[in-house]
Amino acid sequence: MSAIDPAAAGSASRPAPAHTAPPARPLPGDGRSHRHVLVAIVLNRPGVLNRVASLMRARNFNIETLAVSHTDQPEVSRMTLTLQGDDVAVEQAAKQLYRLIDVLKVQDVTSDPIVEHEIALIKIHASDRNRGEVLTIAEMYKAKVVDLAAESLIVEATGTETEVDALIALLRGFGIKELVRSGTVVMSRGTGSIEEAVKR
Amino acid sequence: MATTKDGPGRSPTAMTDQIAPGEQRERINHMPGAGTERAEAISAGRREMLADTRRLQLKSLAERGLKRPRIGADAVCEALLRQGADVVFGFPGGVLLPLYDVLGDYPELRHILVRHEQGAAHAADGFARATGKAGVCLATSGPGATNLVTGIGNAMLDSVPMVAITGNVVSSLLGKDAFQEIDITGITLPCTKHNYLVRDPNEIPRIFAEAFHIAQTGRPGPVHIDLTKDALMGACTAEHPDKVDLPGFKPNFEGHPRQVKLAAQEIARAKRPVILAGHGVLISEATAELMELAEKAQIPVAHTLLGVSAIDEANPLSLGWVGMHGWKHVNKAVQSADLLIALGMRFDDRVTGHVPTFAPYARIVHVDIDPAEIGKNVAVEVPIVGDVKRVLQALIPLVEPVSAETRKEYFDELAEWRRESEKAPWHGSGAWRNGQLSADFVVERIGAASDHDATIVADVGQNQMWAARYAGFKRPNSHISSGGLGTMGYGLPAAMGAAVGRPDKETWAIVGDGGLQMTSQEMMTLVQDRIPVKIALLNNHKLGMIRQWQELVYAGNYHSSNLLGPDWCKLAEAYGIPGFQASTPDEVDAAIASAQAVDGPALVEFIIAAEQNVFPMMPAGKGLSDLLEEQFEEPKQ
Repeated sequence: MSAIDPAAAGSASRPAPAHTAPPARPLPGDGRSHRHVLVAIVLNRPGVLNRVASLMRARNFNIETLAVSHTDQPEVSRMTLTLQGDDVAVEQAAKQLYRLIDVLKVQDVTSDPIVEHEIALIKIHASDRNRGEVLTIAEMYKAKVVDLAAESLIVEATGTETEVDALIALLRGFGIKELVRSGTVVMSRGTGSIEEAVKR
Repeated sequence: MATTKDGPGRSPTAMTDQIAPGEQRERINHMPGAGTERAEAISAGRREMLADTRRLQLKSLAERGLKRPRIGADAVCEALLRQGADVVFGFPGGVLLPLYDVLGDYPELRHILVRHEQGAAHAADGFARATGKAGVCLATSGPGATNLVTGIGNAMLDSVPMVAITGNVVSSLLGKDAFQEIDITGITLPCTKHNYLVRDPNEIPRIFAEAFHIAQTGRPGPVHIDLTKDALMGACTAEHPDKVDLPGFKPNFEGHPRQVKLAAQEIARAKRPVILAGHGVLISEATAELMELAEKAQIPVAHTLLGVSAIDEANPLSLGWVGMHGWKHVNKAVQSADLLIALGMRFDDRVTGHVPTFAPYARIVHVDIDPAEIGKNVAVEVPIVGDVKRVLQALIPLVEPVSAETRKEYFDELAEWRRESEKAPWHGSGAWRNGQLSADFVVERIGAASDHDATIVADVGQNQMWAARYAGFKRPNSHISSGGLGTMGYGLPAAMGAAVGRPDKETWAIVGDGGLQMTSQEMMTLVQDRIPVKIALLNNHKLGMIRQWQELVYAGNYHSSNLLGPDWCKLAEAYGIPGFQASTPDEVDAAIASAQAVDGPALVEFIIAAEQNVFPMMPAGKGLSDLLEEQFEEPKQ
């Protein structure tokens, strides 16, 4: 790259010595991708989920989990999204979400003190031969058995994404027939409320 | 798209007992200048409106002497008038007929019948850019609505305020694949600032108020309203709100004082500062503040493609156009700058090129009203979220005045670069190689002939680059161009909108033969609605920019860039537009003058050099320091 060198051109200031190549301008973000948790407080209107999903797709962000529900205010819904990306990319996603007229607030709570939970229902092959083993594992993870049949049982597990991942990994050996996960939901610890600012 | 499945007698008036079936309704001639009393009244009403910049005092149906119930379509017309939106570019269709049935009752509302819905959207866009007010376009369901989409996307990428209205099938048929039904709100969702599907006539007043507010506030953009036929036909009792309640839409106008202070400190430290003025300067009407800052701190002002006309180019502080086809001296100045003050621009890839080599010595102050633009494409040192005008008003008092003497060495060097950058052997003579007519000369003469005061609307491609480089601009918003989406076919319909919006200014559409063939049918609209657009057709019988890339990047593999066109003067005359032609430099001025002398639209075909390229050019993936330049040959005598 033959950049114009202001020093060689006899300029008023000399930001860099004439013999060095100009420094490369860093691209936004450090490229260190990790999991982020975003909470979006949105108006409870038809199509708002479509708007959020469409925007994330169009802007090339990959949603890992998405949980949507009502809040205590009937006109307001709450979305919890988890996605991978570096800090700047996820900040960009949050800013783009905030541009949506139906979005009242977006907060990246990844490094905030939060309670984080998801629920998973796991249907496992389990007969008289190995049921005891499954129950022991479930108990260690404080998971409940919510259905029991001759050849299968359903475990209901709650916890952080990594806790649920760990339990599933252990149960995989028995043969998972069916698995459903709700996606992460979070709430800030202490008296503060993510919804507070949007109360009207 | 005017097909309809509905049987006769379904107009809302026919449904009421106010007018007996079979009774003759008053025939309304809505054609301006048609010589009828009615048309005269319409023109008078319109002139009155233009004089009154305040919001209109709304007349109720009874005050208009009409004995029929108020329906959704009336609420639409009232809402438009309340917003001062007195021009609608539209095309009727089955589900919109209830609206067209009442339009004649609102003579202040000028409806311009386009020939294709894309033309309506581009015209609304041109209208908005010329006036700063939201442009309004109207189309029916299905194909009418999808034809608007290109124009809506164009407005989205260029932050143009627009309210696009479409009709849809009756709400009981929604989702049933009814005739001319398409999920248009699903289609426009990613290319609008916001959109609405309206099924209830009583929601129309609120939604129109919100739509205009959203379209025109903060970073402007298009808002789409899809109205079902029953929403248009049903009785409406809702009043128009004076205020909107949008808890999720609160743009931040004032820059954070701490950031503004930091910006002032950056300016005080800088030895080689450059201002990059973007579209935001024009949108926030900050051209005076821009000059104040530039003069106070003696900072040269470069502009982006959409920032053209944010500064009088004859001003000594105006540096010129930056980017892919910008001036070499401007790109050089950016590459050697130690501070960039970016005002209302978004570091588009056509400006930065390869980001790691962009302005390698510069710290960046970035002012934009959209927080999502900050740090999107380049990392910046001082981000300021706010309206350019307000931020500059806060910044200017904090900036230390700098004398011209202090910057003398810097400005002398920029001037030297400029002399070198602007020299070209054919330039000014009008003759490119072998005496062929040079396009940049044509554009330059149009600028001069209109005293640089005309609104110049470009199409897309080489003509657009020549228009931005050579026409010479001094009046804010006198340059209109499809920057973000790069929509061929934009030029003529957008010029139509601009001419309607600013009838006090001459309007030129500078178009190529490729783009004009995409939307040439709007010439008929110019005639029917007496819109005096002057069309400057730069005809090289090529898709010029495609040909240029094929020559420079694809080793001369000229596939599909040779273009046949009609006999343009004959075509124009067939539409009722006088056509002129110029093919040598000495014919140019006379042809321009002939077009200017026409009272109404005119077309001038300039037969330009077929193989002239736009230089300099930054190849894709390269940086601002890697410009391709014209390889000069001595002009052959």
